Amino acid sequence: MKVAVLRFPGSNCDQDAYFSLRDDLGVEAEYVWHESTSLTGFDAVFLPGGFSYGDYLRCGAMAARAPVMAEVSRFAAEGKPVIGACNGFQMLCEAGLLPGALLLNAEQRFICKDVYLKAENRTSLWTRNVDKVLRIPIAHGEGRYVVDQVTAETLERNGQIAFRYVDPTGDLTDAANVNGSAYSIAGVLNERGNVLGLMPHPERATRALLGSTDGFQILNALKLVVSNL
Amino acid sequence: MPKLVMTTVRVYVTLKPSLLDSAGRTVAQALQKLGYDELHQTRIGKLIELQVETYDEVRVKAMCDSLLANPVIEDYQIEVVA
Repeated sequence: MKVAVLRFPGSNCDQDAYFSLRDDLGVEAEYVWHESTSLTGFDAVFLPGGFSYGDYLRCGAMAARAPVMAEVSRFAAEGKPVIGACNGFQMLCEAGLLPGALLLNAEQRFICKDVYLKAENRTSLWTRNVDKVLRIPIAHGEGRYVVDQVTAETLERNGQIAFRYVDPTGDLTDAANVNGSAYSIAGVLNERGNVLGLMPHPERATRALLGSTDGFQILNALKLVVSNL
Repeated sequence: MPKLVMTTVRVYVTLKPSLLDSAGRTVAQALQKLGYDELHQTRIGKLIELQVETYDEVRVKAMCDSLLANPVIEDYQIEVVA
């Protein structure tokens, strides 16, 4: 398993992802510059957090049109694992690889803290190893997921809602929905289940020293999936 | 050499009315605190000014649809200035 960690001007979680994947998870990882036009030799893609292109126009809007994204679309279409955390999630939505969009948090503030997540989908490659309520940090100003009602119903029906913000016991509460996301959605999957976008940072939760190792419950997919490819 | 005449096109991008504009809400609260009691709502949009050699509505719409506005959350209006 060799994971491409994409780098855009303004990415700032690329190193978090790289070291988490390489040192904590134990898979091969390599940085790929956004102008690259080939992901040949890679098995999976990680779109990191940050402020790509300074969040110009809309978060992730410029990155979603970068040359490397054609290859990300190919990976998505071929069923290979693609994950975008935070700004990476915004890029996947802007690229049309995931439904919905992300807006300024309902209470405006940039929120940087641990949140609790419940996996709603239990069958996708990204979520089938999750067996508990996860505690994973968020750090974003624009993480309020919005989606129209018709699309939301389709997501629910298809099992494309990956994660919801919950309280520590796993219950949906208004207080747990920290950024005011529609239906408390923290992460979504594409229809096939191989593309995951989420606002929380699983790559920042793979070391006890950093406060949580729950990120493994998501990222372990990269170790387990290879035998199924 | 003939002088190149440009057309200015303004694209107004606004958040769909059904969506909460949390920044706009904060601005409205600030205006109310300044004493503008008549104010009920503020919504913030973007003005993007384009200079094109020749105006082609289809092509400007394509610019809006492919990058300038996100149809999931935004509407846009095109105004040709001169």
